Amino acid sequence: MVASGCGGTGRELAPYVDLDGLDLVTRSITLDARAGGAAPRVAETPSGLVHAVGHQNPGLEHFLATELPWLVRAGVRVHVSVVGASIGEYAELARRLSRAPGVAGLEINLGSPDQAGEDLFEVREPYHAASVVAAVRREFPADRPVLAKLRPDLSRAVEGARAVHDAGASGVVLGDAVPAAMPDGRPGGLCGPAITPVALRCVREVTALLPDVEVVGAGGVDGPATARAFLAAGAVGVQVGAALLHDPTTVARVRAALADDLADDLADDLAGGPDDPERTL
Amino acid sequence: MTRTTPVHVVGEVLATKRAGAYRHLTIAAPGVPERFRAGNFVAISVGDGRLARRPLWIHRVKETGAYGPTLDVVVEPRGPGSTWLAELPVGAHVPVTGPLGRPFALPREPVSCVLVGEGYAAAPLFPLAARLRERGCPVSLVLAADDEAHLLSALEARRSARSVSVVTRDGSVGVRGDVAAQVDAVLERADADVVYAAGTTATLAAVAVAAERRGAWSQVALETPMACGTGLCQGCPVPVVAEDGVTRRVRACVDGPVIRGDRVHWDGLG
Ligand SMILES: Cc1cc2nc3c(=O)[nH]c(=O)nc-3n(C[C@H](O)[C@H](O)[C@H](O)COP(=O)(O)OP(=O)(O)OC[C@H]3O[C@@H](n4cnc5c(N)ncnc54)[C@H](O)[C@@H]3O)c2cc1C
Ligand SMILES: Cc1cc2nc3c(=O)[nH]c(=O)nc-3n(C[C@H](O)[C@H](O)[C@H](O)COP(=O)(O)O)c2cc1C
Ligand code: FES
Repeated sequence: MVASGCGGTGRELAPYVDLDGLDLVTRSITLDARAGGAAPRVAETPSGLVHAVGHQNPGLEHFLATELPWLVRAGVRVHVSVVGASIGEYAELARRLSRAPGVAGLEINLGSPDQAGEDLFEVREPYHAASVVAAVRREFPADRPVLAKLRPDLSRAVEGARAVHDAGASGVVLGDAVPAAMPDGRPGGLCGPAITPVALRCVREVTALLPDVEVVGAGGVDGPATARAFLAAGAVGVQVGAALLHDPTTVARVRAALADDLADDLADDLAGGPDDPERTL
Repeated sequence: MTRTTPVHVVGEVLATKRAGAYRHLTIAAPGVPERFRAGNFVAISVGDGRLARRPLWIHRVKETGAYGPTLDVVVEPRGPGSTWLAELPVGAHVPVTGPLGRPFALPREPVSCVLVGEGYAAAPLFPLAARLRERGCPVSLVLAADDEAHLLSALEARRSARSVSVVTRDGSVGVRGDVAAQVDAVLERADADVVYAAGTTATLAAVAVAAERRGAWSQVALETPMACGTGLCQGCPVPVVAEDGVTRRVRACVDGPVIRGDRVHWDGLG
């Protein structure tokens, strides 16, 4: 799965990845267009990037008219990331997206690390997150997934995951970028391999304590090994974000490797498993 | 202005050469040279856990050679990434994505063209000059730099340009001074219909204004800092003023880096 904000409009990935059947989370879409933050927007740190894009996006209407149809035609499984200034805006986004043909699911952006100063609904407590999820769930068909994206903050991850799960989220994404500072002091989000251990810990904790909650892992996935580490920690899937900026083929490689793993597992399963005591011929 | 499909390949450094303050690298990167247009760049990954890519102008391509298709880039070592690149030995492998970005738009008619290139950024103007000459355009090339060490080869430039002039800030070679201050005179002398520029933002802005003053077209090659170079991250915003007067932010890497000078909202840029 392509992480939000790291796949452009989707078209830019076409030279490097087979888009047909690819799960892609769009950059976070707001009701009205947003110009985004000032440059520079991305800074390099050891094994990481700090980003402060500020949710530049063309707004829902333009997205529905141009970007979504293109993605659907290309065969992309489109998960629209939504972010709003109020619970009402989240609900409105969900309502209009529920009617748009080709939306596979939603991902709820529950407060980006670079949002300070932006006009966005502030998610401070788990019940804020739960209220947003409940409002979105009410407007979006139950047979399509709604993922809630959380920060990989160990002190909040479990209660946050429980709250959004109880409010109707189909699963949680753990996680978002880690709140950080840009070199000039503006708020930003740290991503890339630098945050992988942090995200892995959160995934492990949530899946151990809340076995009913499906977790999608994210944070520095840069190849099959990191992806497998997230699956080993209990995640059901992974998102690839910042690694695409460094190597746009990353998502294709991860996808192929995990599909191979699955095929191997299946083969083992059909053969009775590699160390199945019943396996006598 | 048509866009070609880029490729992502592992390139191999075939040759390196020091020229003044710069390092020229010849890289075998199958798929890139064949698709190249002047003004395209490549995004290269550098080592040591650095995730942002380093965009570099493509200076020259050879579609056929003993080692297959190759491209040349000119690196000025200054920060960690460019220093890493400049120290690459022959035989090193580097991930290369390209060709990227919108290239220079070429005039349909054989009109008079002035090309202004500053420092290493003059690199994309050499293949542009060759293309313009093929189209019968008289080409005047102005190479500018702080000093002689930062001047791209004027000798080589004379092969594709009718006239080549040199401006250095310290006067070590050519005319002494700041190229931005001389643009008006240069355009006048060449009776320019189109002006192409690559260099610092200040120079590009001066060229755009000078071109507009005399009603010439301008195409500027912007070096907005880029994290990916491929259009994925929205990390390279450029404010442009559309025909309707509304300012929008486009991405330098995919909507540029070559942009009509009169469209750039220079005051809003970085
Ligand atoms: C379209 C494009 C083409 C370019 N072509 C060339 C080229 O042909 N040869 C070449 O040597 N360099 C080129 N650059 C700049 C190059 O990509 C690197 O940014 C530069 O080498 C600095 O990287 P660094 O890691 O060495 O230093 P850093 O530590 O990143 O920066 C060193 C200095 O460069 C500035 N800088 C950082 N990133 C950029 C950037 N993307 N663009 C401009 N300045 C920046 C910083 O503000 C700092 O002052 C190009 C940039 C762009 C956007
Ligand atoms: C340039 C950039 C833009 C991003 N934009 C968004 C966004 O619009 N919405 C969002 O929910 N997350 C956004 N993210 C966060 C990523 O989706 C991801 O959760 C985070 O970066 C951690 O994963 P990674 O280390 O693989 O990048 C962005 C990340 C980057 C690097
Ligand atoms: S540098 Fe990433 S979108 Fe332009």
